[in-house]
Amino acid sequence: MMGRLPIAKMFAATLAMTAAISAVMVSIDWDGQQASTAAPKVDDLLNVMIVLSSFVFSLVVVMLFYALWKFRAKPGDESDGEPIHGNTRLEVAWTLIPTIIVLFGAGYSWAVLNEIEEPADNAMIVDVFSQQYAWSFGYPENGGRWSQGELHVPINRQIQFKMHSQDVIHSFWVPEWRIKKDNVPGITTTAIVTPDRLGTFQLICTELCGFGHASMRATVVVEKPADFLKWVDGLKEHVPQSYKESILQDTETNPIPVGAGGA
Amino acid sequence: MVAAIKQPGWIRGALGALLGAAFGFALVVALRKASGLPAFQSEQTGYPQVVVPLVTGPLGFLLGFGCFDYWLRWAAGMPTIPEDHSQHGAKSWRDYFRFNTDHKVIGIQYICTTFFFFFVGGLMAMLIRAELARPGTQIVDAATFNSLFSTHAVLMIFVFVIPVFAGIANYVLPLMIGAPDMAFPRLNALSFWMLPLAGLLFIGSFLAPGGAFDAGWTGYAPLSTGAPLGQSFFNLGVQFAGASSIATALNFLVTIITMRAPGMTFWRMPLLVWANLSTSLLVVAATPFIAGAQFMVLFDRALHTNFFQFAGGGDVVSYQHIFWFYSHPAVYIMMLPGFGIISEVISTHARKPIFGYRLMALALIGIVVLSYSVWAHHMFVAGMFSWLRVPMMITTLLIAVPTGIKIFSWLGTLYFGKIHTYSTAMLFALAFIVTFTIGGISGVMLGMVPIDIHVSDTYFIVAHIHFVLFGGSVFTIFAGIYHWFPKMTGRMYDERLGRIHFWGTVIGTWGTFIPMHWIGMDGMPRRVADYASQFGDWNLLISCCAFFLGACQLVFLYNMVVSWRFGPKAEANPWRAKSIEWLVSSPPPIFNFDEIPRVVGGPYEFGVPGARHAIMAGEGAEVEAPEPATAVST
Repeated sequence: MMGRLPIAKMFAATLAMTAAISAVMVSIDWDGQQASTAAPKVDDLLNVMIVLSSFVFSLVVVMLFYALWKFRAKPGDESDGEPIHGNTRLEVAWTLIPTIIVLFGAGYSWAVLNEIEEPADNAMIVDVFSQQYAWSFGYPENGGRWSQGELHVPINRQIQFKMHSQDVIHSFWVPEWRIKKDNVPGITTTAIVTPDRLGTFQLICTELCGFGHASMRATVVVEKPADFLKWVDGLKEHVPQSYKESILQDTETNPIPVGAGGA
Repeated sequence: MVAAIKQPGWIRGALGALLGAAFGFALVVALRKASGLPAFQSEQTGYPQVVVPLVTGPLGFLLGFGCFDYWLRWAAGMPTIPEDHSQHGAKSWRDYFRFNTDHKVIGIQYICTTFFFFFVGGLMAMLIRAELARPGTQIVDAATFNSLFSTHAVLMIFVFVIPVFAGIANYVLPLMIGAPDMAFPRLNALSFWMLPLAGLLFIGSFLAPGGAFDAGWTGYAPLSTGAPLGQSFFNLGVQFAGASSIATALNFLVTIITMRAPGMTFWRMPLLVWANLSTSLLVVAATPFIAGAQFMVLFDRALHTNFFQFAGGGDVVSYQHIFWFYSHPAVYIMMLPGFGIISEVISTHARKPIFGYRLMALALIGIVVLSYSVWAHHMFVAGMFSWLRVPMMITTLLIAVPTGIKIFSWLGTLYFGKIHTYSTAMLFALAFIVTFTIGGISGVMLGMVPIDIHVSDTYFIVAHIHFVLFGGSVFTIFAGIYHWFPKMTGRMYDERLGRIHFWGTVIGTWGTFIPMHWIGMDGMPRRVADYASQFGDWNLLISCCAFFLGACQLVFLYNMVVSWRFGPKAEANPWRAKSIEWLVSSPPPIFNFDEIPRVVGGPYEFGVPGARHAIMAGEGAEVEAPEPATAVST
């Protein structure tokens, strides 16, 4: 059966289409600016997946349109097709090959996950407080100072964000860092990121938290360590007592990030 | 008047609803008085004097309407209505508005009701896109916007996609297996009548003080536990939709297992039957979890329990575990029946046996099993235990394998066939293969934890869910409706209008949902009424495509309504298909079969000389000794 199909030509068409789609798709900067050590790793994974996906998509499209072109019934032709019920080798192939592809993807993703969540010894801890509809930040290493609506972090040093919420679930997302984590009431969650680009970014709430959800934003400033110290020392306010108490009541679901060998 | 009140029907139903609601209201007020509490509780979330009537009112309607008449009379020892089949068949359009136990009538009731909600939900989608056409506020404020997208999703999921498949299967499945009706016709009718109640509760929440529920269709605690009264309408509407769904699934299971025509072994069942068997297995085991989750939220709200109240020692994340333990299998509840439809349509119009029939059936079962082990991929950033993410990622990616088997087998079915594309059903089936592949690909990407961390809760998710639910499920629904329209109505639809609807829908779907992938990855979160101005142009394009997509559905509506009334009469088997429903007239006789069909071969024996799937008992004895069902693989 297979012998009657131009397999080599179809495969060549699939590869050509894959190359064409991949060339366009990979060259587009889908995720926007990269501003953390995690960002290039996530984007590389995405690009590898784009190439693999282009292949799968091209294969489906080539198979479909070849069949439509070749096996379209002539007008008035009321006869049936050939009574082919299956082909065991083909069926095994399209079970095993996708299995291998997705297991490769899973392994690769796991490796990337371990890398981007690898805790560093000199990490700086920053508390993230969220409340409908505002963000504030505590700096325990800098005398428990507190900033509202504006997060400053030093460049090239791992930050471990300890996430807290006072009311409903919020979610902490800085797209340029490729990092997101929910702030869950009653739980302290952790997100790890090492910013490696100076600049000002936006922190976006991505978990629906009420009518003010769309406007729950904060400014993120990544600066040189000296500038950061100057800024943080200039802060007047300290983390409010009520926030400190709520942290103590929290349970911490994942004190050890996955990369530390826990998984 | 007295006679009208005694007769089951709308008057008695309305009376029952009123009495039921009044009873619930009085019960709450009396109990509160007796406990020394103020009669009314106007605390934002509680409102027991509203919540209890929301349960008793609909139950009163069902009682009054006649859904329980037979069982109650039987239980009370009263003479039951004799089996004169007065509740069977439909002679005029009025019969579709009555309690009816005929699976064909119920099927059409299901389809029309669910499409009503489809258009209401679609109208909400148009409002959502109008608001999002430009940055800033256009037509609704942020709170109304939250209500709109929540209600849109809930209507589409709970009272359109899930039950419309139950409707199509209700009509087609008993015919397909050669059964005179479903196993439990009265339960079947009850299942249907719970459905509009659920839909009305969802829409009715707009009348509640504080507006319709606005915590998304996911209703995450503690946003939902603290939300205004409208949230309780959601909690209760899900109970009615869920009970309807579970009862129907039980009905399908018993029907499929016990009522197949003689000779129809499991390996001779059409794949639509396999698909509904798999779906029903998912529904009966998974749906109780969402019912439970919503009851727990309701209790937290009305009875001040602490399931999800962190201040009272509850656990916020456990809501998501329970919710997704249903709602991930629900994705397959919304997809597997569609897989069945596509198999029927493609095999018939390619004039070819399904490629790898047994593997197709096993892939369905594989999806059922795997789908129970992937729920936490919705929670990669939710703060659950970190270690759970990797195993859930692996199972999530593996579920792409049986899905891939289905895609490749449909493609394989086309090869060496005689493909006819005159039917709109076939066009939708072919387009489904491509659009669903895109949805599957983005699903695999979402399954990968590092990518998911970045795009979770962004427009990438919106793009993905609409590619699998609209480009996937809804395309299969259209294929199914067009395919069985002649059988259901006895009329042919207009293929020219069908093609306009098809091309408009395909272009509209791609134009609306493809750009959403990009703006999501680029930083636009979902569920926002306002967004950064950098996404303005893309959103304008998306909104224009969405309006176009919406307008194209009116072509479908017009085609269906006018063809049903004025279309040319349909033959018994306009598509020259093989399965049993095409052996009887269009529409089928009131009891489906005047004689019991006998199944003598596989369901897709196109091109096999002399092969038949089924014969009517009276037909000649020359096919007495049928050939083996499955031919040898080549």
